[in-house]
Amino acid sequence: MTATAGRRLPAFDIATFFRRNSRRIIAPVVALFIALVIWQIFSSVTQSLPGPIQVIQETWDPWIICPFFVGDESFGLNGLQGGDVGLGWQTIASLIRVAIGYSLASIIGIIVGVIIGISPLLYQAVDPMFQVLRTVPPLAWLPIALAIFKDSGPAGIFIIFVTAIWPIIYNTAVGVQQMPQDYKNVAKVLRLSGKEYFFSILLPSIVPYMFTGLKLGIGLAWLAIVAAEMLRGDTGIGFYIWNAYNSGALSEVILALVYIGLVGFMLDKLVGFAATLVSSDK
Amino acid sequence: MQTLTSPKATSQTHQDSFLVIENVTKSYPTPNGPYVVLDGINLTVSEGEFVCVIGHSGCGKTTLLDTVSGFRKPTSGEVRVQGKRITRPGPDRMVVFQNYALLPWKTAFENVYIAVNAVYPEKSRQEKTEIVREHLAMVGLEEAMHKKPGQLSGGMKQRVSIARALSIYPQVLILDEPFGALDAITREELQEELLQIWSKHRVTVMMITHDIDEALFLADRIVMMTNGPHAKIGEIMEIPFPRPRNRTQIMEDPQYYTLRNHALDFLFSRYALAH
Ligand SMILES: Nc1ncnc2c1ncn2[C@@H]1O[C@H](COP(=O)(O)OP(=O)(O)OP(=O)(O)O)[C@@H](O)[C@H]1O
Ligand SMILES: [Mg+2]
Repeated sequence: MTATAGRRLPAFDIATFFRRNSRRIIAPVVALFIALVIWQIFSSVTQSLPGPIQVIQETWDPWIICPFFVGDESFGLNGLQGGDVGLGWQTIASLIRVAIGYSLASIIGIIVGVIIGISPLLYQAVDPMFQVLRTVPPLAWLPIALAIFKDSGPAGIFIIFVTAIWPIIYNTAVGVQQMPQDYKNVAKVLRLSGKEYFFSILLPSIVPYMFTGLKLGIGLAWLAIVAAEMLRGDTGIGFYIWNAYNSGALSEVILALVYIGLVGFMLDKLVGFAATLVSSDK
Repeated sequence: MQTLTSPKATSQTHQDSFLVIENVTKSYPTPNGPYVVLDGINLTVSEGEFVCVIGHSGCGKTTLLDTVSGFRKPTSGEVRVQGKRITRPGPDRMVVFQNYALLPWKTAFENVYIAVNAVYPEKSRQEKTEIVREHLAMVGLEEAMHKKPGQLSGGMKQRVSIARALSIYPQVLILDEPFGALDAITREELQEELLQIWSKHRVTVMMITHDIDEALFLADRIVMMTNGPHAKIGEIMEIPFPRPRNRTQIMEDPQYYTLRNHALDFLFSRYALAH
């Protein structure tokens, strides 16, 4: 695939940008403000939850202002133990786990998806089983994962893997099934080799479907890691929440939720962005 | 079968039985018995001949040409090219598909290259590139060589498709309504290009069209099919115009209207669609 002619970005002008996007910026800000006000009122009435102001006051130092502080001197890259490190490190620990589990899910999901997409027999054979398995929530996999791996690290990765893989398998399979007959006819008349067929025709034609699956998968992967770390785990953002909850630090829990939401949002955008990069040369 | 006699007498040599369609019948099973689309088609095409197939929509033209390309198997009978029975598609019988069938993620160059590379794996990259360039130049697409199909007009896409088909030097070129979706001017341009290329390549052509004028301009013979089901070859019309052909010249030929009216009569009186 050769590079297409460079797309030119329009000169960036803050004034015009705001004029054009004022609604898109102001509306969400107003909505957020209203939500915070409602939350504040709710917590001062019920006294059950810290309000937004209290959350910021309680977590300002060190949690908000230094996300990468290290409380424990023995801290090393493979020793993110005990939770006395900044939320940035916890997030990184979780992200590493997600990266491994999600990569495995992507590779295996795409391979399985291609195989069951090509073979109607295999599709029919495994479809009912997969349909049942895919509805199992991440937390329900936890005991099984711990039984298999005996260790929270690989178990967490397995949970991500098994949660994220289903949409990747199914969307890839649908992509293969939906491949236009024309492309297959070209391959047949040219008698393309299996390798050439796979890389030049099959794979490029299923890319949009694959990315739909990958995008759904990353969302599920992120949901799963938090669930897994909350019950068992010694590092990661999920562990942090559980730890903070046990020590009654609700403000820290809420701050971590914000982190989780923002990271999940960015992951989704990242995969979406990768998809546009790959399919823009269509 | 009734044949319109023409000045050109045919002799039975090996060259004349280059492509043989013998007793081809095609039926599809349905709940109420088999649905017979083609019923006993016999046709012999000589090497380098240009044959157009016309007939009403749904009569089985595509089905017939698919038995030549190998995409469909006849229920009975067989198709042979140079005495070899056809069982599956292959690059010796290249197809120009009705909707171009280009790969949208590949440039015009790459779309042709994939064909050349598949058929001539032993050639060097440079040789293959040269073949691709030559054929894209032949259809006037040197400029647009590195554009993707999305950036090409319908006519340009069909040119790429023709370049791809010819770049692998097929023995038989099969075209299924190749110009149906194009505007009149582009269609005429492409017809002329196709004729030029055909006379250079000396490839045997079987082409489906709905346009009688197109068939008269291009073909050595026009095969007219009766309506389906149970479609047969109703008549074969020899087109005597000398080559190279010139559109205005043949349209001034008094025979042109005789042949045209004969074909129209076949399609719209004798085998008119009963509506
Ligand atoms: N797979 C199939 N199963 C059953 N019937 C089929 C199948 N394929 C084609 N037919 C029938 O065979 C007949 C001939 O189809 P075909 O596509 O060859 O027609 P055609 O002459 O090429 O028509 P058009 O000019 O519209 O392209 C049609 O009536 C069609 O319904
Ligand atoms: Mg057809």
